Amino acid sequence: MTDFLWLIPLFPLAGSAVNGLFGRRLPKSAITLIACGAAALSFLLSCSIFLSLLSLPPQQRHIIQSYFTWIESGDFVARAEFLLDPLSAVMLLVVTGVGFVIHIYSIGYMHSENGYYRFFCYMNLFLFSMLILVLSANFLLMFVGWEGVGLCSYLLIGYYFERKSAGDAGKKAFIVNRIGDVGFVLGILLVFVTFRNIDFGHVFQSIASDPADFPVEAGVGILTAIALLLFVGATGKSAQIPLYVWLPDAMEGPTPVSALIHAATMVTAGVYMVVRCSPIFSRAPIALEVVAVVGIATAFLAATIGLAQRDIKRVLAYSTVSQLGYMFVGAGVGAFAAGIFHLMTHAFFKALLFLGAGSVIHAMSGEQDMTRMGGLRRHTPITFLTMATAALAISGIPPLAGFFSKDEILWRAWSGGHSALWLIGLATAGLTAFYMFRLVFLTFYGSERFSEDVRRHLHESPRSMTIPLVVLMILSVVGGFVGLPPWLGVTNQFEHFLEPSLALAVQSHPAAQSHSTEVLLAGLSVLVALTGIYAAYRIYVARPGAAQALAARMQGLYRLVFHKYYVDEMYDAVLVNPAVGGSREVLWKAVDVGIVDGAVNGVGSLMRSAARLLKGLQNGLVRSYASWILLGAVAVILYLTLAHN
Amino acid sequence: MDINHYLILSALLFATGAVGVIFKRNVISLLLCIEIMLNAANLSFIAFSRFLGQVHGQIFVFFVMVVAAAEAAVGLAIAIVLFRNRETLSVDDADLMKW
Repeated sequence: MTDFLWLIPLFPLAGSAVNGLFGRRLPKSAITLIACGAAALSFLLSCSIFLSLLSLPPQQRHIIQSYFTWIESGDFVARAEFLLDPLSAVMLLVVTGVGFVIHIYSIGYMHSENGYYRFFCYMNLFLFSMLILVLSANFLLMFVGWEGVGLCSYLLIGYYFERKSAGDAGKKAFIVNRIGDVGFVLGILLVFVTFRNIDFGHVFQSIASDPADFPVEAGVGILTAIALLLFVGATGKSAQIPLYVWLPDAMEGPTPVSALIHAATMVTAGVYMVVRCSPIFSRAPIALEVVAVVGIATAFLAATIGLAQRDIKRVLAYSTVSQLGYMFVGAGVGAFAAGIFHLMTHAFFKALLFLGAGSVIHAMSGEQDMTRMGGLRRHTPITFLTMATAALAISGIPPLAGFFSKDEILWRAWSGGHSALWLIGLATAGLTAFYMFRLVFLTFYGSERFSEDVRRHLHESPRSMTIPLVVLMILSVVGGFVGLPPWLGVTNQFEHFLEPSLALAVQSHPAAQSHSTEVLLAGLSVLVALTGIYAAYRIYVARPGAAQALAARMQGLYRLVFHKYYVDEMYDAVLVNPAVGGSREVLWKAVDVGIVDGAVNGVGSLMRSAARLLKGLQNGLVRSYASWILLGAVAVILYLTLAHN
Repeated sequence: MDINHYLILSALLFATGAVGVIFKRNVISLLLCIEIMLNAANLSFIAFSRFLGQVHGQIFVFFVMVVAAAEAAVGLAIAIVLFRNRETLSVDDADLMKW
């Protein structure tokens, strides 16, 4: 079965090609069938390949399939090679599974949009790129997928390109990602310079087998440099400080796109890459420290911004940034499996939240401002039920998926001796619970704050949208059970399964701590989450108007958070405006007009003034031409007679 | 007879023709002057041919005569068209082909 690995990315590619080339002439039903069929086939194949991988003994769960040599130049060899191991298998399931569900949802959501075929063409291409990224067995092929998702995100965020803000958001995502990509490319180059090879297997093997050459670095050595450069790439793609600014703006795209970007593809790429390179990172404690600190800072900062946003999708966007921070904390404290575990559960409930938000927006005739919603639970019961479940899951209420994965990360932070990380992580969990339930309460509870027009169109979404919601809700509920923690008396199956793919060098030893501490900490984080939910209830449901009063009382702080700490403004002032101004004043008005245009026009006018001198010769008078010919002939004869005598 | 006599006569004829081409305005005169120049060249060819005892020069002359005939045909045709359009035969009035 694993021989058919190459078919998994091929299905979406074929779907994308057919829809992209002929979609304009195809009926909608055919487009839907091709796009969703491709995603479905890819998902089914992933499932069966996952099962056949499970049937192998753990030592053999490392399958490399080489298809052709892509680039060969001296030492440098890049092969088109896929790697199937537990890590990529988990990612395959998440990407194709959640991707497929989102495809189904899009049928209902996009049914009346222009460019239906264009949308599905890009969606399939997105899936294809992400699958290449996940399956690649070397850094360069991974980079191909990496750039592919970047391109598709640009195309999809800018899907409503008639709107300037959408175009700008697409460009912003593309440019910010490019900055991270520079780091990633430099990291790959450094890998090649160091190991003379870019295959994951070879690189990790030489690190593992040469403890003398590649020790755990105390200071900043070559591995730390590689790890940090790769992490720069990850901050771009996975929206961490300082490159997270593109993700909230990415809300300009259609909602299924947001779900795809935030849950299944794109933003998980950075986390996946860091975990994939865990052998490198685990030898570079300083790099791990940086990953953890950046992760927790992003988690906390984004959570505080999420507290004050009014746009339903923006709250979710900051929540994604925050949750990605958690995943990096997991990786940073050496709990790579926990990071991937949270990636997976997050994919479930974040996809659900976004699709639910899409369903709300659909019901509200395009309204996204939560202050103009309210009381929707009576009108859209399925959406309400599913979104509330997802909110509980992300808040970390047991036994939903988010509880197990988030708690695993917090526990690993604590047991690894990073109590500061744990504390901030715990506070962030409280904030998460608060802003998620602020969203739920503002949207589904309270008075109905929308116009009569909107009320008349208010309706629960069609089947094709609610069924994906229910599927994802079930996954959000049971998704955590694959990784039950040891204090429940079972081995952590998920972690055990991933073990062969990961480096274990600096993983902390949870066994050293007693289970009672872990249970205590888990209880504490549930308590914090419940407090957050209760606070949201008090402020947004029990006492209407309390929110405004609170905002007025802490006006400075509120404004700071509402304006997202003015980070966009700061970037504008420090980076964008100097770049734009410098381009306009110096590069355009001085260099381009003065030097480039000057050179071109100068050559032209030089030729013209030279021609003005000579053009008198061509005066149209035959007799003058004859005179010149005669003169020339005489000159030639004179020259010949004089020169040769 | 010395070949120099022929060559001097040829040079004089050529110079006459050349001066005519430069100073005459009438198209017909111009064509006649060109004809004089061509025949001056022909005279030199014949003289050399005779002097060197080779036939090449005479063959060249035939070619020149053919070309001259063709040139006269085209030239006179142009002269007629010029006159029809401009009611003039002066070449100085036909000076549109300039910068």
